[in-house]
Amino acid sequence: MSKQHSDGGWGLVPIQSRAGRFSSFDVADFEPVSGFEAEWKYTPVRELAALLDGALDGARYDVAIEPGVGESRGISVDWVARTDPRIGSVGKPEERGSANAWTGFDHALAVTVSGNERAEVTLSRTSFGTSARAAHLFIEAQPGSNGVVVVNNSGHAMLSENVEISVGAGAQLTVVSVQEWDHGATHLATHFARLGKDARLRHVVVSLGGSIVRVNTNAHLAEEGSDVELFGVYFADAGEHLEQRTFVNHDAPHSKSRVSYRGALQGDNARAVWIGDVLIRPTAPGTDSYEENRNLLLTEGTRADSVPNLEIETGDIAGAGHASASGRFDDEQLFYLQSRGIPEAEARRLVVRGFLASIIQRIGVEAVQARLQDAIEEELLVSAEGAAS
Amino acid sequence: MPVLEIKDLHVSVETEQGTKPILKGVDLTIREGETHAIMGPNGSGKSTLAYTIAGHPKYHVESGTVTLDGEDLLDMTVDARARAGLFLAMQYPVEIPGVTVTNFLRTAKTAVDGHAPAIRGWIKDVKASMANLRMDSSFADRNVNEGFSGGEKKRHEILQLELLKPRFAILDETDSGLDVDALRVVADGVNRAKEATNLGVLLITHYTRILRYISPDFVHVIVDGRIAEEGGSELADRLEDEGYDRYLAAGKVN
Repeated sequence: MSKQHSDGGWGLVPIQSRAGRFSSFDVADFEPVSGFEAEWKYTPVRELAALLDGALDGARYDVAIEPGVGESRGISVDWVARTDPRIGSVGKPEERGSANAWTGFDHALAVTVSGNERAEVTLSRTSFGTSARAAHLFIEAQPGSNGVVVVNNSGHAMLSENVEISVGAGAQLTVVSVQEWDHGATHLATHFARLGKDARLRHVVVSLGGSIVRVNTNAHLAEEGSDVELFGVYFADAGEHLEQRTFVNHDAPHSKSRVSYRGALQGDNARAVWIGDVLIRPTAPGTDSYEENRNLLLTEGTRADSVPNLEIETGDIAGAGHASASGRFDDEQLFYLQSRGIPEAEARRLVVRGFLASIIQRIGVEAVQARLQDAIEEELLVSAEGAAS
Repeated sequence: MPVLEIKDLHVSVETEQGTKPILKGVDLTIREGETHAIMGPNGSGKSTLAYTIAGHPKYHVESGTVTLDGEDLLDMTVDARARAGLFLAMQYPVEIPGVTVTNFLRTAKTAVDGHAPAIRGWIKDVKASMANLRMDSSFADRNVNEGFSGGEKKRHEILQLELLKPRFAILDETDSGLDVDALRVVADGVNRAKEATNLGVLLITHYTRILRYISPDFVHVIVDGRIAEEGGSELADRLEDEGYDRYLAAGKVN
């Protein structure tokens, strides 16, 4: 059995292609995390010992399903054993946190989208509690199906999980993962998506609360004509670390990807990380790819790391671009808006709302959009109160 | 009758070398419908006067008063001053990412008036003002000042002046960086606003060029933080010929 090589210390790691990363289902195959590894260097790993090194409780958890089981045509939700043949057909852990979750989960929650008329299901997970847990979610969109799967996360959690997303030929799937955890919650997640021929996936990560929330998304454009949109919205308050790493793996002709993540940061030690890897393999002529990340730093004491990485291994591409910008909402902007009669708190809200709305409007699920707009308004009110006190 | 009164205004800024006095006792009274040109060499304190009246936090008022109809402006927040009827067209308007011109204008109008404008009339007003200022309708969907050229920024300032209908407007070097055609378009906008609302104008400029299109009732020359000379539009003509040299030379002798 192969084992992960030791990096041999920070600074000595050779620049490595995203294609060559070690992977294994077994946590024992991974070296302990030092915090110097490329995939961990922005993360406060010392606070993650329970999830990276400890044994995890992989039992089933409470989940509210709306509409209820049997009521929704075209989507079913079931608990399945880890021996289910679908498990592991899409993803394989590439780092220790993900592998520990894989090793530790007992049953997986499986969502199967089968109908060709668009159907929606919402999973609400509100009571993970304080013990360190592992979870596994498998979302399958069968060929030609059309569905929306929303996962709402709130309450407390100390959770590491993997989410496999299989999008069959010609299927259209939207997956929205919303993190509104309580302060103090820790959540590591890796989403693995595989897209079949002419499949379309819109994947949205919304992180608004939690002490450490790291949601990584890997999209494998495995067959011709597949099309992925990876969207993200985050709002980091004081003391929150919100991290998102996207990896788009163009592996088939005429595949298309759009990655757009936007975040606002406000308060002491509000941190955000976005790492956007795009790999265009020799197998992917005619690829069309674009990724961008924008951050709005509302106060002093915030920090956003934003790193796009583009690897192109074929000369025949339709387009490949990236953009990254982190801007301050500064005193001059405030003065400008106020000099037009707009009070300070409203000026801040105006800017943040507009900035994040451009992503939220693209989710394409009316109820989710409305709820998230409200959630962001609430964030802004809390932040305004915090700033005023 | 609305009146903006500045009395014995002393203003300083903090610099790396310590507190630096900029305005050293300025008196000025502007009544509605009047246009006052404030002229002077670079560094004389013209922009300091503009930003102090508007309430920019960088400028510290050491003494003196600024009142609008007897109300103490210096005691108000920046936004309260705007709601009291003051407008500052800035020389370097900043970009506001994520906020479209449409959204910005409606929010400002709502804030200034205390209620949202009636939607149909408002859209019509915005379109008409934009057309008057030769602004393409695509402007409305762009983010405020983002990627605007210098001329576009100035037109956008005057668009706000026309739509927000303040009682007093300070125009800080609105003429800088404009070619003659753009200057005329912008000046026409200011003149329309004057005519429509009997606006009082404080026009800050280094050059006399804009005064050909916006005729001043009074001209004040600021030198080294004080008003060195005052007169009618004939003073501007004289400055056109002679420049600021004689004020500066006099300053050196003293």
